[in-house]
Amino acid sequence: MSATHQPSPVAKLEQKTVRDLILKGKRIDDRGPLDYRPLTIMLGTVEKANGSAQVYLGKTKILAGVKVQVGTPFPDTPNEGILTVNAEFVPLAYPTFEAGPPDENSIELARVVDRGIRESKAIDLAKMCIDPGKKVLVIFVDVYVLDHDGNLIDAAGMAALGALISAKMQAFEVKGGEIKYKDTKIPLPMQNYPVPITSVKLDGSIIVDPCLEEEQVMSCRLTVTTDKDGNVCAMQKGGLGVFTPEEIKQIISSSVNKSRELREKILSKVN
Amino acid sequence: MEGLTVLAERKQLVGPGDVLAEGPYFAGENTYREGSKIFASRVGMADVIGNKLIVMPVKGAYIPRMDDIVLGRVFDIGMSGWQVDIYAPYPAMLPASETPMHRGRDSVRHDLRSIYGVGDLMIAQVIAFDRTRDPLLTTKGRGLGKVTSGRVARINNTKIPRVIGKKGSMITMLKKETGTDIIPGQNGVILVTGRNPDQELIAVEAIYMIEREAHTTGLTDRVKAMILERMKGITVGQ
Amino acid sequence: MDGRRLDELRPIKLEVGILDKADGSAYIEHGRNKILAAVFGPREAHPKHIALADRAVVKCRYHMAPFSTDERKSPAPSRRELELSKVIRESLEPSIMSEYFPRSTIDIIIEVLQADAGTRCAGITAASLALADAGIPLRELVAACAAGKIDGKVVLDLSDIEDKKGDADLPVAYMPKSNAIGLLQMDGSMTEEELKQALDMAINACKTIYDMQRDALRRKYHIERDESETEEVTEVKA
Repeated sequence: MSATHQPSPVAKLEQKTVRDLILKGKRIDDRGPLDYRPLTIMLGTVEKANGSAQVYLGKTKILAGVKVQVGTPFPDTPNEGILTVNAEFVPLAYPTFEAGPPDENSIELARVVDRGIRESKAIDLAKMCIDPGKKVLVIFVDVYVLDHDGNLIDAAGMAALGALISAKMQAFEVKGGEIKYKDTKIPLPMQNYPVPITSVKLDGSIIVDPCLEEEQVMSCRLTVTTDKDGNVCAMQKGGLGVFTPEEIKQIISSSVNKSRELREKILSKVN
Repeated sequence: MEGLTVLAERKQLVGPGDVLAEGPYFAGENTYREGSKIFASRVGMADVIGNKLIVMPVKGAYIPRMDDIVLGRVFDIGMSGWQVDIYAPYPAMLPASETPMHRGRDSVRHDLRSIYGVGDLMIAQVIAFDRTRDPLLTTKGRGLGKVTSGRVARINNTKIPRVIGKKGSMITMLKKETGTDIIPGQNGVILVTGRNPDQELIAVEAIYMIEREAHTTGLTDRVKAMILERMKGITVGQ
Repeated sequence: MDGRRLDELRPIKLEVGILDKADGSAYIEHGRNKILAAVFGPREAHPKHIALADRAVVKCRYHMAPFSTDERKSPAPSRRELELSKVIRESLEPSIMSEYFPRSTIDIIIEVLQADAGTRCAGITAASLALADAGIPLRELVAACAAGKIDGKVVLDLSDIEDKKGDADLPVAYMPKSNAIGLLQMDGSMTEEELKQALDMAINACKTIYDMQRDALRRKYHIERDESETEEVTEVKA
């Protein structure tokens, strides 16, 4: 069951501050409507994982880890590896995050990040097959939210991408349906680089990369994930507000544009 | 009248989002204003009273109003009163101080149970209700208090006016033809008391028939005919 | 693939008020989808601590019956059903005037009896009717439909076979009077242009479905008011 969320613990006056600034075309942290907060990406922070990336987007901090293991394929895709994305809203990230099974917000985040990676065919899963129908490689992407200051989806999407691009797995060859590991390490077979861009509607204005105060006051949000060729591979509207079709189209355009900038930032880290 | 749409003018069936009028009108019950237009918010019949637009809803939850007579069922007993289910989104409370038996003594739970126990049915009146608290009831008043006999019919509260009829015409006919006493609660719960259970049953059937066919004309006559037909095999205790 | 034009909807059948115990209900057949939606409320909030002081809490459950898909689906709620429950609630809630019922809940239950792609959209279309049927005040109805892309062409309302082969899926929920989109998701691969085209196609389809919804309400309640004479109906306070 999904239920209306409890109101955020923000006083009306604090909400008013954010709103009044927006009406004047300003934001609470002095950014422009299309500006992202300072972005820091660190790769390989967890050496035991095949890949990892830590993203600081303003004060939001997310760590994504990638593990590659042998598993059984899905019956309808016997020749393909498996991608699975999970997200944890770790209790230390925010006072009201509780331990326990994933709630609808973390499930939504995981699925939106998953969609971006899957639909853009970022990973060539066909290269992850060991024994068709019996054994394939499974790529686990675990998104760990460490500090919540808004726009978890974008930070998570970028962390997941960073972790995947920088991941290293044991080179292998398949002999007689068995996996034989070789000495060298190789990257994952990546062929696309999806980046989510989240915009938020607030009193009629559209801004990107909402910080927490802006999220608490927003009407609704739209995440648009774009791949390296400018194709949109995932979209998700969230929140109780509504968009006009014109606003949607405007957001799609600005998101496709913006994703180029961020993609470059991420890719430059790897090289 | 200018500005009224056909729907409102001809008292048509409307649904949520249907435009009723444009211009200097008031948005009454079950309508809302947005900009210069007034829209219906529920399914029902549009009507105009003066320059106020309303919609008479076909169905909906019972929202208590001051002075409403309601029938309710006790579901919990507290320190100073009873929690009563009045078949509304909000549980009602009958404080012990609002019962005629109360003599200003400290109420002990044990004492309260002797007046109303869990499961007891009562006729009460709403004495307070607003957005911030649950409805408050009283049983001080003529005809109010515990219900010990009879049958209960539960219909949608929006149909109660139909059961009563214009100037009470329908309910008077029902009482007369079935030989029963009928007390309609504004919350859709109706108490029927007769000398014998067969009469009560016919009255209850008549009530459900009214609910089903509330939208039709000539209903009073048809219900009366149904009752007379059914009453024919019954010894009436007047 | 099934002989339809690129922008043609699958056949849709809508029926309102088919369940007895739910406060409001509706059934939809959209292509081979068969979905039942029910609404309870406004009713007392359970547990009490989730209640909101100034408006109703809207709860929504989207669930697929185990026999609804080609392969039996486990009855336990999957992550997909949890996500869909959330986005569906977020598409219907903007239409509900929940400030009328503080401290209560409105429960929306959507059960997919047979699935053939586009279940969340069909579910929203039915649930919106169920809300109207329950007499809950709404700004307007919400209609939903998906567009997509197969073989490089932008197409409306994919069936399951088409969806599996397709390049993209774009479910949209739309309120025509407010020109507002309450649900928008997309997965697949589309250029900006294709996306905008698909969006327009889906919105147009929603407008058609909206008319079907109003028609379904009219069919259910049509005779309710068409012939009624106002003399028969009074607003009487006991």
